[in-house]
Amino acid sequence: MNQIGHHMPDALLASYAAGNLPHPYALVVAAHISMCLTCRAGFEAHQAAGGAVLETSNAVAISGGLKSDVMALLDEPTVPAPRFERSGIYPGPVVEALRGKAPRWRSLGLGVKQSILSGGSEGSVRLLYIPPGQAVPDHGHNGLELTLVLQGSFSDETGHYGVGDLEVADQDLEHTPIADGGDPCICLAATDAPLRFTSLVPRILQPIFGI
Amino acid sequence: MLSVRDDRDREAFARLFDFFAPRLKGFVMRSGTSSGQAEEIVQDVMLTVWRKAGQFDPARAQVSAWIYQIARNRQIDMIRKEGRPMPEELQEDPETEADASQIVALEQEAGHLKTALNKLAPDQREVIEKAYMGELTHQEISSQTGLPLGTIKSRIRLGLERLRHELKDMR
Repeated sequence: MNQIGHHMPDALLASYAAGNLPHPYALVVAAHISMCLTCRAGFEAHQAAGGAVLETSNAVAISGGLKSDVMALLDEPTVPAPRFERSGIYPGPVVEALRGKAPRWRSLGLGVKQSILSGGSEGSVRLLYIPPGQAVPDHGHNGLELTLVLQGSFSDETGHYGVGDLEVADQDLEHTPIADGGDPCICLAATDAPLRFTSLVPRILQPIFGI
Repeated sequence: MLSVRDDRDREAFARLFDFFAPRLKGFVMRSGTSSGQAEEIVQDVMLTVWRKAGQFDPARAQVSAWIYQIARNRQIDMIRKEGRPMPEELQEDPETEADASQIVALEQEAGHLKTALNKLAPDQREVIEKAYMGELTHQEISSQTGLPLGTIKSRIRLGLERLRHELKDMR
């Protein structure tokens, strides 16, 4: 297993366990837990805390027929939900979001590509492909941005991020992630803001255009 | 729970139902769900417990933690079109026997958690309930200082130790 140095903040794990994290972030959390034992243990601890809350909840009487209804339904045949396993660099939850297919990359210029997994009012989550040495194009985010490295690595003002590492960037962080040498860097990135990638004006052209 | 899993024991399931169904109903109704809808959720959750019993692992989770997760998933499914993405299952070596000392240690930690919860002042208890019922955002959770994080931290250490131990066995 890789040495993962950048982990999921505890509040995000708790909120994920409680099921209250917006979908784009929840996908990144599920992918990170799939790669990181430390955060899996943290997730399981929050499940235990949720279980303790459940067990100590006030019991409310249930209707007489409910138990016999449930007992009668035990033998009903059911179709198990499909399970998605890891495929190459992509953890199971990402494979599920891709519906088992390969990512459909769209060019953003200068070799940078993205594949949007979902986008909507809750924010967006996408895969990013950044060639070695290339900067991530300007991608202003209004809120929290979570970036999980799946292949290669990148560095920015806050540090170095390798496979399995998670960068947590709030709106105050001005950062310019640059892919390191070696393999192209592939990340899973989620924000709660609408997509603001300016595909034809990547960061290095911005000084020229003065924006 | 193990008799439900291994022997498909209906009597044991009925006992599990008697313990958890009223608590589940109380838990679900705390977040404003009507009695009728709460019972639908209880029915779905208990049926899932029976059907997915094979996935239950006493060295990994307390029964209550496992049922809690099923209940929250069910509630999320009802409000959102996309269910919650879940992590990959750990690929465990079927030859590895569950370590009895791990099960005991987990039970002890779960006992500590329940004791800690019961000792909380009512307003603190309410914050915890809200957090684990999915009524607080992650920002609200991170600004709460009253969470009994110490107990959770010791469980994290314990869980990590066990996961590492398990993976070492597989190599």
